Amino acid sequence: MYRILKKRTLGQDIREYVVEAPDVARVGKAGQFIVLRLHERGERIPLTIVDCDPETGGVTLVVQELGKSTREMGDRFHEGDTILDFAGPLGKATEVEDYGTVVCIGGGVGIAPLYPIAKALKGAGNTVIGIIGYRNRDLMIYHDEFSATCDELIVMTNDGSYGGKGFVSDPLRELLESGRKIDHVWAIGPAIMMKVCSEITREFSVPTTVSLNSVMIDGTGMCGGCRVEVGGVAQFACVDGPEFDGHKVDFDLLMSRQGYYAEEEACSLERYLAESTDGEKGAS
Amino acid sequence: MREQEAAVRVGNFDEVPFGYTEDEAVEEAARCLQCPKAPCVDGCPVGIDIPGFIEHVKNRRFDDAIATIKAANALPAVCGRVCPQESQCQGVCTLGIRFEPVAIGRLERFCADWEADHEVCRPEIEPDTGKRIAVIGAGPAGLTAAGELRRRGHSVTILELLHVAGGVLMYGIPEFRLPKAIVRREIDTLCDMGIDIEVNQVVGQVRTVDELLDGGFDAVFVGTGAGLPRFLGVPGENLNGVYSANEFLTRTNLMSAYLFPEYDTPIKVGERVVTVGGGNVAMDASRTALRLGAGTSMIVYRRSEEELPARAEEVHHAKEEGIDFRLLTNPVEFLGEDGRLVGVRCIRMELGEPDESGRRRPVPIDGSEYVIEAETAVIAVGNGPHPLVPQTTPGLDLTRWGNIVADPETGQTSKPGVFAGGDIVTGAATVIQAMGAGKRAAAAIHTYVVNGFT
Repeated sequence: MYRILKKRTLGQDIREYVVEAPDVARVGKAGQFIVLRLHERGERIPLTIVDCDPETGGVTLVVQELGKSTREMGDRFHEGDTILDFAGPLGKATEVEDYGTVVCIGGGVGIAPLYPIAKALKGAGNTVIGIIGYRNRDLMIYHDEFSATCDELIVMTNDGSYGGKGFVSDPLRELLESGRKIDHVWAIGPAIMMKVCSEITREFSVPTTVSLNSVMIDGTGMCGGCRVEVGGVAQFACVDGPEFDGHKVDFDLLMSRQGYYAEEEACSLERYLAESTDGEKGAS
Repeated sequence: MREQEAAVRVGNFDEVPFGYTEDEAVEEAARCLQCPKAPCVDGCPVGIDIPGFIEHVKNRRFDDAIATIKAANALPAVCGRVCPQESQCQGVCTLGIRFEPVAIGRLERFCADWEADHEVCRPEIEPDTGKRIAVIGAGPAGLTAAGELRRRGHSVTILELLHVAGGVLMYGIPEFRLPKAIVRREIDTLCDMGIDIEVNQVVGQVRTVDELLDGGFDAVFVGTGAGLPRFLGVPGENLNGVYSANEFLTRTNLMSAYLFPEYDTPIKVGERVVTVGGGNVAMDASRTALRLGAGTSMIVYRRSEEELPARAEEVHHAKEEGIDFRLLTNPVEFLGEDGRLVGVRCIRMELGEPDESGRRRPVPIDGSEYVIEAETAVIAVGNGPHPLVPQTTPGLDLTRWGNIVADPETGQTSKPGVFAGGDIVTGAATVIQAMGAGKRAAAAIHTYVVNGFT
C-alpha cells in the first residue's frame, strides 16, 4: 500500500499527488514512469514521473481526470489514503547532457513531466528555452516552475487568455526561422502536438525527442500493447522508450492505437458518473 | 473424467473438468501395475514417487498420498491440471503400451484438491540457518525454488514485478483451465511456511542483482520467465485488433477484463477471432475468445495436426468447443480499414523436408493465398526472455537470444551466488520443467550457502 502524502488541485480536472514510494523515489529519474493500480478492480495506470524526493520518499505525479480511473482517483483518493499498487521506475531515463541550447515544448498536462527534464537539462549546463501551451489560463500548471528554470519562457494559450494566442508550434517555427542555433528539442504533450512539432523541427534538422504515452497493461515489456513504429520498426514504449526520436515516430499509428478503447472508456466513465450521482443522492 | 458440456462451458469461465470423486480416484488408482522400475518416475521432471502415491490412493490413504506428492512437488494442484502428462509420466506408463495409461495427472489433481478440503499436509521446515536468499519472479520456477529453500531452513524473499504472485499461472493460463483460487491457495501455503513475497518490485531498476548480493542476501535465484511477446513481423501487425497472446490473456486473466465494466480493464473481441500458433497458449487464447463472446474462433497454424505442440487434452477441448482449425496455413498480412483489423491474408502450406527441430518444414504453396475476415487476431507464437534482469546484471553470460546461461543441473550462472532456472534459461517451456529447474537450483543454492561452493 502506498500513501498519498500530498494532493493539490492545479487546474480544472488536473491534480498533483505526492505518493510515498521510497524505493522509486530513491532511483527514479526524469523521463521514466510508474504504473499504479488504485484498488482490486482497478486498471494499471501508467503515469510519467514529475519529481522524486529521496529524502521524503515522495514521488510526484500530475493526473488529468479524463477517464473513469483518473476521475475516481481525483474524487475518492485524498491525502492520507493509500493506493493499492505502485511499481516503478519503468522505462528509460532522459539522456541528459550538455547539448548547448535546447527547447522544451510542453502541451497541457505534458508540461508536468517535461518540468524535471527541463530542470535536469538546465543543471547539465544547457541554455533552456521553454515553450508551454495551455487551452486557457485556468489550466496553467507548472508555470512558476518553468519561469524559475528556463532562461527564456514563451507561454501560449489557445484562446489568448494568457501569453500568446495559438499553439506551441507557432513560436517554435518563429524561433527556428529566426536562424537561432537550436541543438535539441523536447516535445511532450498530446500526440498531435508532438507530431506537428516534430514535423517543424525536421524541416530544420533539429534532433527532437518525444515521450509516447501509448495504451499499456504491465509497463514492463510483457503485453506489447504499447507498441509503436519508430523508423518503421515496432518498438515497445514501455521498455524501449518512452522517449523516442520524434522524426522517426509514426504518430498517426500512435493516435489510432490510443483511441482503440474509446467506446469502453466512455462506457466506464458514464457508469461511474451515474453511480457517483446515485451515491450522493443516497447520502443526502 | 466428468466435465462441463462444451455448449455450456463456452458461456462461462469455470473450470472444464470436475475432478474425480473419491471412488473414481480409487478405481483409477487400482489400474496401476506398480511396476518395480516405475518408468513414470523418470518421466516426471520433479521425480514424484508416482507408484507410491497411487498405492496410497488405492488404499484410501489420501493424506499419505498427498504427503508423498508434496515431498517432491510444491504445486500439485497446478501440475495435475497443466502438465503435459502424455509426453511425461503417462507417456511412458507401462499400461499405455496396450491400454490407456493410468491417469496420473487426474489422480495428482484429486489428491491436491482433497487436501484443500481437509488441510492435513504441513511441510516440515528445518531450523533456521541464518542464510537469506532472494528469489526474483514469483512464477513456477521461483515459487518452487522458494518452497524448497524454505524447507531447508533458509530465509526466503520473493520479489515479483506484477501486483500479484504466480507469474504465468496468474496472467497467462485461463481461469477455465487453472482457477486462480487454486493458484492463490498454493501460494498461501508457501506464505504460511514463512516465505516473504513482495509484489510491485522492479528488480533491475530499483534494486539490481548486485545490490541484493551486497545488501545481505547470500544467494539470488532468477526465475523471471519468458515474458517478451514475439510478433510475426508481417505487414499490418500493429493495427488495432491485433493482440499479442500475452496482452489478450493478461487483460482477461490478471486484469479480469471478462468482468468489464465491473473491473476497469477492457478487452475487445468482435465477431471473428483468429489466433496464430499451435501451442497451449494458442489454445488458451482461442478458447478465451469464445468465452468473451466471439461468434467464431479460429486457430491458424503453419504445420499439421501432428506437430501441434499443445497438450492433447487442450486440442481435444478446443475442438469440442468448436474452434475452427486452419492447419498448414500461415498469415502473410493483416488487413485494416481506418486503423482497425478487418481480415488476415493467409497462405496455404505443405510439409517439406525435416528442419533442425526434426519436424517437417512448412513450405508456402504459391498462389494459394486467401483472406479470413476477422476483427481480432491474437499472435501466440512464443515469447522471448524478459529483458529487465539480464540487461541490468553485469557478469551474467547470456545466449544470443538473451537467455541466461545456466548449468542445467544446478542453475549456476556465470556469476557467483547467482542461479537461474525456468523459461529465462530455456526459453518458453512448460510449468513443470520450470519447477524442475527451480527444484534443482534450490538444492545447489542450499549447498552453496552452507558450504560456500556448489
